[in-house]
Amino acid sequence: MKTILSRPVYGTLSPQAGKSHLLIADAEGASAILDLAKKAPEDFFAHAHIMFIPGRTGDSFQASLKALKPAQYYEGPSVAAALPRLNWTLANAHMGLRMYLAGTEGLIGQMMQAAIEAGIDPASIQTEHRGSWARRIQCVHCKGITENVTTQPATCSHCGLLLLVRDHYSKRHAAFQGVCINAEDPTEIPQTEEIFR
Amino acid sequence: MGINFRKETFRDDFTFRNSPENIRRFPFPYHEDAYMYSVNIEPHVPGPKNSVFEHLVDVDEHYVSEMQDRAMVLAEDPLRCQSLPHMTLAGWDLLELLMTEKAASYPEHFSLTREGDRWHWINRPLGIDDTFTFGDVSTLPYGPMEYITRQSQGDFAILDQRDNNLWMDAGMITTQADWSLDFDIGMNFFEWHAPVPLAHEMGVFTRALKFLTNIQQGKPARRLNWTMTINPRLDTSPENFHKWGSDRLTVTPENVGEKVHLRVELQSFWRLPRSNALVFPIRCYLLKMDELVTVPKWARRFHRVLRDLPVELAEYKGLTRYRQTTVEWLSKYDDGAPTSPGFSPD
Repeated sequence: MKTILSRPVYGTLSPQAGKSHLLIADAEGASAILDLAKKAPEDFFAHAHIMFIPGRTGDSFQASLKALKPAQYYEGPSVAAALPRLNWTLANAHMGLRMYLAGTEGLIGQMMQAAIEAGIDPASIQTEHRGSWARRIQCVHCKGITENVTTQPATCSHCGLLLLVRDHYSKRHAAFQGVCINAEDPTEIPQTEEIFR
Repeated sequence: MGINFRKETFRDDFTFRNSPENIRRFPFPYHEDAYMYSVNIEPHVPGPKNSVFEHLVDVDEHYVSEMQDRAMVLAEDPLRCQSLPHMTLAGWDLLELLMTEKAASYPEHFSLTREGDRWHWINRPLGIDDTFTFGDVSTLPYGPMEYITRQSQGDFAILDQRDNNLWMDAGMITTQADWSLDFDIGMNFFEWHAPVPLAHEMGVFTRALKFLTNIQQGKPARRLNWTMTINPRLDTSPENFHKWGSDRLTVTPENVGEKVHLRVELQSFWRLPRSNALVFPIRCYLLKMDELVTVPKWARRFHRVLRDLPVELAEYKGLTRYRQTTVEWLSKYDDGAPTSPGFSPD
């Protein structure tokens, strides 16, 4: 897939040497943790904290994740709900914490943001994309963030403008840019296609 | 003898225009009858009298009105001016650079008196007379970057240099072409240029970054970039695109001369002494088609450049809707005669 240079490149999770491990995933991202587990040393999960946001996958991954017997297991309904716990965890983390993020770009981006704010070197964080390519977008006009955008164009959930979802990505906002698609001629309503699946 | 500052607008009734003398000093950006990307960077050294390069920081007849337009933009949208916390020192560097250059080049309009850290700045065109302590933010009405760039034509991006890259960590951006400081702040050189077509594959940005990170203090560099704007609108931000985008549909064969503008950016690059940051002033010059065709060489050449521009570039620059109408209008001023090499009007 052709991409542009402002967009993060995601890799494949692999167990790192470290004193403790914080693994965060949403939806199909859980399967990346399960795959990492196959390569992990025996005592890896005894020092691990898993934070999981099931999203559209419902209850299909919980049992397998719990079977890894992590020292701490958390399940939350949304990124926003998980952030206070994440921020506490990062603020109280000791040297030698390793972070792993897996799932949608929205999850990876927002968790990365929180980690950078806590002073963690982003280059030390492992990331892997799994599941939906739904995008988190910032409307360049009203600055509101619209979550889980799967269509091109998309309607801003704040100001209602019809937005072209660009590939241009801001790590600081953990969002793609949305720019009014019919600003030149507002009577032109391009067909909406479901393309970020 | 000072500059005769025009009273004019860049919105609503659009009373902006250039005096005949100002047309002759327009930085026409094509040295031949075709255009393609190039790094095209040269030393920023003082140029001929009555050119925009005469002084390193150019002040022209639009100064006062441009500053009024900037104040209006900032009142509507303060996010156009942002500075990450580690960039304050670079802001002071920029304040020093702009004050000293303006006072040296235009003593009839600006003066700077320094007694140690106690600085006295007079900006006569804008009616400003302030005394402040250099390095003490509490002695200015704004942060240092905002204070001085509210008094300086052009956008300003301040780039932090680290990890062999440049980072867009502060800026005053109210006259931009298609990029958002609020979105791009904190990005590195490749990231904020990511949407530009063709140029990455040509290696333009890799070469440009290498050049820019090596810029030395006291040896600024410059390049020209260009686009087009319908109506003499300075605030062609993406933030307000939904308000001005429909301007592009208003071009007719009858109004090309008045409505269509060539928009040239004089970008310069300066190393700042204390912070080691780079400042990147992006100065915008507008020229109406009616004004452009008063110079026969420019009329012929611009007709050929616009007619032959690759489609991707026309699309990226947002020219598609009115390009054909403009090319046809310009063709009346192109008799096919050869043009002399170089930028000058002849």
